[in-house]
Amino acid sequence: MHFGPHLLLAALEGLVTSAVLALTALGLSLVFGVMRVVNVAHGEFFMLGAVLAWAISTAISGHPAIGFLAALVLAPLIVGAIALVAERLVLRRLNYNPEATIVATIGMLYIIQQLALTFYGPEARPVEPPFSYRILLPWFGYSGYKLSVIAASALLLVATWLVLTRTRIGLVMRATQYDSETAQAFGIPVDRVYGGVFALGAMLAAIAAVLIVPISQAHYLMGQDPLLLSFIVVIIGGLGSLRGTVVAAVLIGLSDGIISVFFSPTLAKIIATFLVAMVLVFRPQGLFGTESR
Amino acid sequence: MTDKNGFFDLSKSTLSRRTALKGLAAGAGLAVAPGFIRYSQAQSSAPVKIGFQSHRTGIGAAYGRWYEKTTAAAVKAINDAGGINGRPVEVVIEDDGTDPARGAEVVGKFATQHKTDIVFGTLFSHVVIGSAPAAGEAKIPYFVVSEGHHVASTKLNRYVFQPGITDVKSQIQSMAPWIAANAGKKVTQIFPDFAFGYDHRDYLPPALKAQGADVIAQIAIPPTESSFTKYFPQIPAETEVIYHVMVGPAVLTFVKELGEFYGSNRPQLFGFMDSLEATDINSPGLEFLDGSHFWEGSPRYAQPDDSAAQKAYRAAVGIDDNGAAVGDPKDVSTASHMFGCWETLYVVKKAMEDAGYKGPEDRAKLVEATEALTEFAEGPEHPQGPKTFNGKIHQCFGIQNISKVEGGKLKVVHKTKIEDGLYEPEGDYTTQAL
Repeated sequence: MHFGPHLLLAALEGLVTSAVLALTALGLSLVFGVMRVVNVAHGEFFMLGAVLAWAISTAISGHPAIGFLAALVLAPLIVGAIALVAERLVLRRLNYNPEATIVATIGMLYIIQQLALTFYGPEARPVEPPFSYRILLPWFGYSGYKLSVIAASALLLVATWLVLTRTRIGLVMRATQYDSETAQAFGIPVDRVYGGVFALGAMLAAIAAVLIVPISQAHYLMGQDPLLLSFIVVIIGGLGSLRGTVVAAVLIGLSDGIISVFFSPTLAKIIATFLVAMVLVFRPQGLFGTESR
Repeated sequence: MTDKNGFFDLSKSTLSRRTALKGLAAGAGLAVAPGFIRYSQAQSSAPVKIGFQSHRTGIGAAYGRWYEKTTAAAVKAINDAGGINGRPVEVVIEDDGTDPARGAEVVGKFATQHKTDIVFGTLFSHVVIGSAPAAGEAKIPYFVVSEGHHVASTKLNRYVFQPGITDVKSQIQSMAPWIAANAGKKVTQIFPDFAFGYDHRDYLPPALKAQGADVIAQIAIPPTESSFTKYFPQIPAETEVIYHVMVGPAVLTFVKELGEFYGSNRPQLFGFMDSLEATDINSPGLEFLDGSHFWEGSPRYAQPDDSAAQKAYRAAVGIDDNGAAVGDPKDVSTASHMFGCWETLYVVKKAMEDAGYKGPEDRAKLVEATEALTEFAEGPEHPQGPKTFNGKIHQCFGIQNISKVEGGKLKVVHKTKIEDGLYEPEGDYTTQAL
């Protein structure tokens, strides 16, 4: 294959990775930014989203698009509810202590993963894409659905940004992130904001999973890679920074796509991890992060 | 210390006539109960304990579940027919997490804690290679159903056997003539980047060369990879056949993305069923596979010429004519590999009976008795087909099936002969000390 089409394929693959990664990492970043909780179970909420998408889309007969749209709405809501329960039952009782919540979310990771193995099983199961249009380029074919994932993710990112910057809920969240004690003194129900943010973070991961599941199947171990990559993105972009997260996701996604097409996927992972190390050494707050107070 | 409740007052616990009669009746009842009599000729009716190292979790979990089902069916059949040497068989299952380090621990646990007679099971080659030294150290026979060439390479040790499934080197050698003659001469290989994949990487090129065909590119993919399109540009344009063998939970994505990349304008495809084990061949996006060919160990779909033994085996394991679980058409089996569990257990039974096996002190005798085996006839104990066994390299050799995807089913179009897959032994385990 010639260089031009080769690069185009690499960029397309990279953009799909970026799109899903940006949504997942944004959830992780929000939770950390507002609550100062490192959510190690984030990848499992991603997995739950995919598994639920399978369950919902197989339960609904008819055109695959109906099942998929139902999954796109219902799966994140269910995952959000589960996250809210987990937050009330576990994190709140630990007073959001940073060390304790890391251990607690590791526990949640294993509990969710093993429950998925018990009730869903070890198989990788497919979800039918809402439409299967194959775009025929002169050099290779490409899945039309993959392109729509990029568009959907961009829309969702814009929507999240609007919520955070233009609405009262966003204002309350930003106030809590800026200084939770002062926010509380001004009558913001910090406790409820925490619950909402944790659920929202999990929902973003679940939406990303529903978008990706027609491309790669639902499997109970699928949460591990997104978790690792999300951490990489969030560290490079700056914890708690929306803009940083998106920029870093595009950077990591594209470099992953291009490096793994032209060289090897292992090299792409090595470079991403190396970038994290360099960012931590020279700019510990991340590319767009602010110094912690 | 006072004994208020009279726990230690022996005078209180007199044996009444009624209790004594009850006990006698229960004893007599047990003796006539079915099952008891059959084992009664044996000197010891303690069960033969088989430690089953299973991929319950990790990337091999789908295989693990079907290996457990097949093993349970085989053990039930063996026990219903009187067990091994008149003793019932009991299976103890431990999860190896599809992880080599955990696999070695599990073997140690069977040897020292459960004190099983043998260790049996597992598929993934890196787990077998990681566990084999532990079996050798504990001097416990380790029967694997792994397909890889590692046992036959004689690089493991004298306690490791693979008597139920043909190794990859032999499979490739027996199928290469068909590939070169029917699919094409310029072959690009796609394989997983670990031990099992390396068997394909190393043995396909010479086998094809002998048939006048060439491997023009080799693409290794990490077994945990979840997206594959980025590898496909490495496939040279002049490729006539893509030879693919993938493992792990993402196999369906792999095949689907291959379809998206090529569409109907694709090279010939020859795949190992591993690329689609436990996956419905009629999943959305796999239409392009129609007309392509697969290796199958034991056919997934019932064939018109299935033997009575094959039919009985499928019924016992509980798979329907489409190779899915009876009652759940979405639960597709790992038919190409799991028959090996059934056959291996019958080899263990035969070897234990030949050795007059009584307990762990006879493990060395069991190893020698297994090495003395040479042939397994096709039948209820070996439903996949006849096999020969080479005791020097601890490996069996059987027939392979090449199946074509036709109308959403796999139809066997070619069966190799045992002789096609024989090769010069690379060593001799029997020279190693026991």
